Amino acid sequence: MSTLQDRAIFHQAQASSGIAAAWRLLWPVLLALAVGVAMQLFLRPNIDPYPVAQLINIGVAIMLAVSLTIVNGFTGQFSIGHAGFLAIGGYACGSISYYTSIAVFGTGAPRLGMLSGAFGAPATAPWITSGEMVFLGALIAGGLLAALLGLAVGLPSLRLRGDYLAIVTLGFGEIVRVLIQQTPQVLTTKAAVEAAPALQVPLSVGGSLGFGNVPKYTSLFWVYAAVVLTLIVAYRLKRSSTGRAMLSIREDEIAAEAMGVNTTYYKVWAFVIAAFFAGIAGGLYAHTLGISLSPNDAGFQKSFDIIIMVVLGGLGSISGATIAAIVVTFLPELLRTPDTLAKFVVVGVPLLVVGISLFMLGGGRKARSLGTEPGVTSVTKVPMRDRSFPRFLIGLGTVIVVLGSLGFVAPRVGINLSDYRLIIFALALIIMMIARPQGLLGVRELWEGALYRPIVRFFRPGHGGRA
Amino acid sequence: MSTPTTRELLASHAQVLAGRGADGCALRVRAVSKSFGGLKAVQQFALDLPPGGLFGLIGPNGAGKTTCFNLLTGVYKPDQGEITLGERSLVGLRPSAIAAAGLARTFQNIRLFGELSVLENVKLACHLRTTHGLPGSIFRSAWRAAEEAAIYERARALLDVFRLDDRREEAARSLPYGDQRRLEIARALATAPKVLLLDEPAAGMNPQEKKDLRVLIREVREVFGVSILLIEHDMGVVMDLCERITVLDYGMVIAEGPPHEIQKDPKVIEAYLGKE
Repeated sequence: MSTLQDRAIFHQAQASSGIAAAWRLLWPVLLALAVGVAMQLFLRPNIDPYPVAQLINIGVAIMLAVSLTIVNGFTGQFSIGHAGFLAIGGYACGSISYYTSIAVFGTGAPRLGMLSGAFGAPATAPWITSGEMVFLGALIAGGLLAALLGLAVGLPSLRLRGDYLAIVTLGFGEIVRVLIQQTPQVLTTKAAVEAAPALQVPLSVGGSLGFGNVPKYTSLFWVYAAVVLTLIVAYRLKRSSTGRAMLSIREDEIAAEAMGVNTTYYKVWAFVIAAFFAGIAGGLYAHTLGISLSPNDAGFQKSFDIIIMVVLGGLGSISGATIAAIVVTFLPELLRTPDTLAKFVVVGVPLLVVGISLFMLGGGRKARSLGTEPGVTSVTKVPMRDRSFPRFLIGLGTVIVVLGSLGFVAPRVGINLSDYRLIIFALALIIMMIARPQGLLGVRELWEGALYRPIVRFFRPGHGGRA
Repeated sequence: MSTPTTRELLASHAQVLAGRGADGCALRVRAVSKSFGGLKAVQQFALDLPPGGLFGLIGPNGAGKTTCFNLLTGVYKPDQGEITLGERSLVGLRPSAIAAAGLARTFQNIRLFGELSVLENVKLACHLRTTHGLPGSIFRSAWRAAEEAAIYERARALLDVFRLDDRREEAARSLPYGDQRRLEIARALATAPKVLLLDEPAAGMNPQEKKDLRVLIREVREVFGVSILLIEHDMGVVMDLCERITVLDYGMVIAEGPPHEIQKDPKVIEAYLGKE
């Protein structure tokens, strides 16, 4: 309602050059392509199929966790229906690419290019195929459809707060799940597709039998290019006036409104952006080898998996959510094989590194003397470091030691530990939450610790790393 | 209290504001009433705040002062009555739109964005006067970069005026009480308001801080060219600062006038001390 004239008071601000602007627009895309190509062409041939599948799962989990961070972390809403957007994106994207493939190529089989396929393409494959273009288009369409649904759900419900919003989003996820259950069987041949009514074709996604016929394009390239873009967009959001507005809603909605933040507008946008990336993640998931989409992918079980990642990582921290997504996806898989004391070291050591940088998070907040101007309130004690850190270390140490010794003892007394992996995982979560309720990183990012402050200062003098 | 460059910068912003057609921009309140169920919280509230005025709103506890602020800033919608800022009616606008129209406030129970840094608190409030929006944030347009730079400058200048610049990296939550109150005023001013509403700015301050606050409030009015309406329990501060005072009791205006008249008004004395 405020006119533009109300707003623009910074018209003295000088715009920088066009080349710099184009570069800011372009480099994330180039970086995403570079990372994706490197993962697919250089990493993939050198590792086993199992880790490749794990890496794809992790990438999808990162996208989901980071996108939910935008809603639950930045704006402080409590959405527990995120899997609904995953499923919508997945089914829409899968349906579009599958039935377009049948209509155009006559078959639902993928046409792999050099960068597609979880386990690579034949050596004779071209760089880019028409099938991949269909896939890319379907991905974007799936994301947009999820975003549209995010808008439809968000507009009426984001006036609600806390628990009420949670119930609405939960209901949304369940509606999506039940609707998908009612869909007709997948049409497997071109003849069947031509025989079916036109409107029914895209809705034929298998119901409760699942939708496994989707052409399997997803590869490390697609997943990690998308992950890089998601991370960059989320980070840019956070470190911008838009992100500040979102964070202010989380901190105090009434004060945010009073400072001119249209809270509904930002909450809805956060919802839409998060739904978009969840939709893309769903599309990637649907096209993964060995995955058959099922209605349960929209269920609250899946939603809670994502929430666990976001809460563990620290509500509002992109790097925290990323780390948590990796750990939460990887840890149960790791526990599947019982013989692995050594593997706990693989998880434990990086966690300790993260922990140590966290330790430094509080270190940079020493109050400097304010001089002796009259009337200046004397400097009171400012917490030198995060006090809960020792508890965090103890919790982490306990988890590692207990799991490690379990892994050592169990095989010797004839217990198959992998049967209990989910219990162990749940216990680890409980201990983590008791020891450090604000999550791994709180609202901050990994590189905002004092450990990295000098480096950040060096590159961005005057900004102090938090600007 | 601040460097000349800082003051020039802020004065230039004040001029920009004045150029936006803010001249003659009085806050005019006519017959505003609000009841919650059977409780008539505010009845027939009226006020005329001229440009550059420094007025006070006082009354015993529970008289409806903060409710008045909430009505003015759109937290509550008035049941009836008229609120205009300049030519523009504020009734029915959402709080963010009222802030955009030029009415900023502080809160009685401090409402800073605790986890955000001091600098980010002020930058957030500058956000209101930017135009780059969401796509600019994601695609990092050149316009956004320029505006972010301008926001940074302005936020630093504001913090400088309020002597908070040295603590800009700290979480707002970790500031001492008096600093938090000053930060709230700085944050409100960052929205570039025409009218500033201060809800008990001196609450919880020690005598020295109160003395500084008086100087600060006068200076704020000069440097930023805002008119100020303040709620305050500390009569020393109110009588010293305010040109005119409105007294509320049980949601009704019982007196209105310059401080020396208010001090002698029998109705006011009765409201505060009771009847003999």
